[in-house]
Amino acid sequence: MIRPAAIPAPAPVYGLILAGGASSRMKRDKAALLYRGESQLDRACALAHRHVTQVFVSVRAGQDADPVRARWPLIIDSVEGGGPIVGIRSALAAHPHAAWLVLACDLPFLSDAALEHLLTERDPSLIATAYRSAHGGLPEPLCAVWEPRAADELAAYQAGGGSCPRKFLMHRAVKILEPVDRQALDNVNTPEEYAQALRLLDSGSETNPMHLKIQYYALMREQAGRSEETVETKAATAADLYSELQARYRFTLSREQLRVAVNSEFSTWSRKLVSGDAVVFIPPVAGG
Amino acid sequence: MSFRFAHSAIDTASARLELLDPGAGGYVSFEGWVRDHNEGQEVTRLEYEAFEELAVKEGERVLAEAQHRFPIKRALCIHRVGVLGLADMAVWVGVSSVHRGEAFDACRFIIDEVKHRVPIWKKEHYRNGDSGWVNCERCAASLHHSHEHEPAVSR
Repeated sequence: MIRPAAIPAPAPVYGLILAGGASSRMKRDKAALLYRGESQLDRACALAHRHVTQVFVSVRAGQDADPVRARWPLIIDSVEGGGPIVGIRSALAAHPHAAWLVLACDLPFLSDAALEHLLTERDPSLIATAYRSAHGGLPEPLCAVWEPRAADELAAYQAGGGSCPRKFLMHRAVKILEPVDRQALDNVNTPEEYAQALRLLDSGSETNPMHLKIQYYALMREQAGRSEETVETKAATAADLYSELQARYRFTLSREQLRVAVNSEFSTWSRKLVSGDAVVFIPPVAGG
Repeated sequence: MSFRFAHSAIDTASARLELLDPGAGGYVSFEGWVRDHNEGQEVTRLEYEAFEELAVKEGERVLAEAQHRFPIKRALCIHRVGVLGLADMAVWVGVSSVHRGEAFDACRFIIDEVKHRVPIWKKEHYRNGDSGWVNCERCAASLHHSHEHEPAVSR
């Protein structure tokens, strides 16, 4: 009689925010760049912390006393000067039983939805789960889940002279996800890109993700496959939100056939939505 | 003036008592029943679903408008939700007034407006095994027929 092999539980996922970069093109420390008064590093750590239980910051030797970084548990590079690949290896060595949600600290547009999708789609049987980069279509190593078994292969890769985590992932068993949001993986390397990111993030509801509660009834409920959900969105108006969800769920009814309610009252489609709004799309009614 | 939902059979006897008024000379009621056919299809049962929070607000606005338009004493509308079999009562409207004319007119106004405006949906299940949301599926391809402009499905 053949016994089924026990399937080990997947490794727990910890967060690793990479903040050891030289910031040479920015000409100032990227981790300390402020968005709405909060350092970029703090924003990234807080974001990761909403999805994993423990978050560490990856730093080079000598950065451990820096006040921007020292607020967080640190993992100090075990080898000098090796770039992100050394940061990832150092984390895998420090906690060999954990998988790592590895994030660059300079992704100001990264969203909860993108991390949730990454963690939901994670395949622990592979080396890593990563998004396809919008630039060039290669896997993005710095917004990815790295599994414990990557440690040995990374060591061998570096011993053979390799240093690029992206090239490493290209030739390994990696699950590649299509990005949920084109902007989510845009990083900020130069003062010009930082200025543009500040403008985009400060321009209010147009780009600032909101959390909306959506309830579905009747045909909409059947087509969405759920009666309610909370969505994170940048949709400025009720009309934009419908377009977004229609694309997601392939609703057959056009917006012209529906009415919309916000917070349990009929609304116009041009209404600006704010975080916390409860939205219902009302298909043609048929009481009596 | 009250609009509400019933999750089991509508108790018309006690609903009628809510309309009694010493100044009323009569009352008119309308009952909507589940019919065994619609638009050439044999219907076996119906499912009603409502966005109850908004439906109660909109239903009470219909009743307030009825009172504004017609000199009536009291009005009440009760709508079923859930699965209904043939001949079950789907909706009940009652109006009491001094004279019969305005009670008939207001009752007609209320049922017509409720069908058009209140967020309640009806799924028909057919003898052949198909089903569909009334006003939603057969016209899904037509962009120009907003529900607000469609005739009510007669019952």
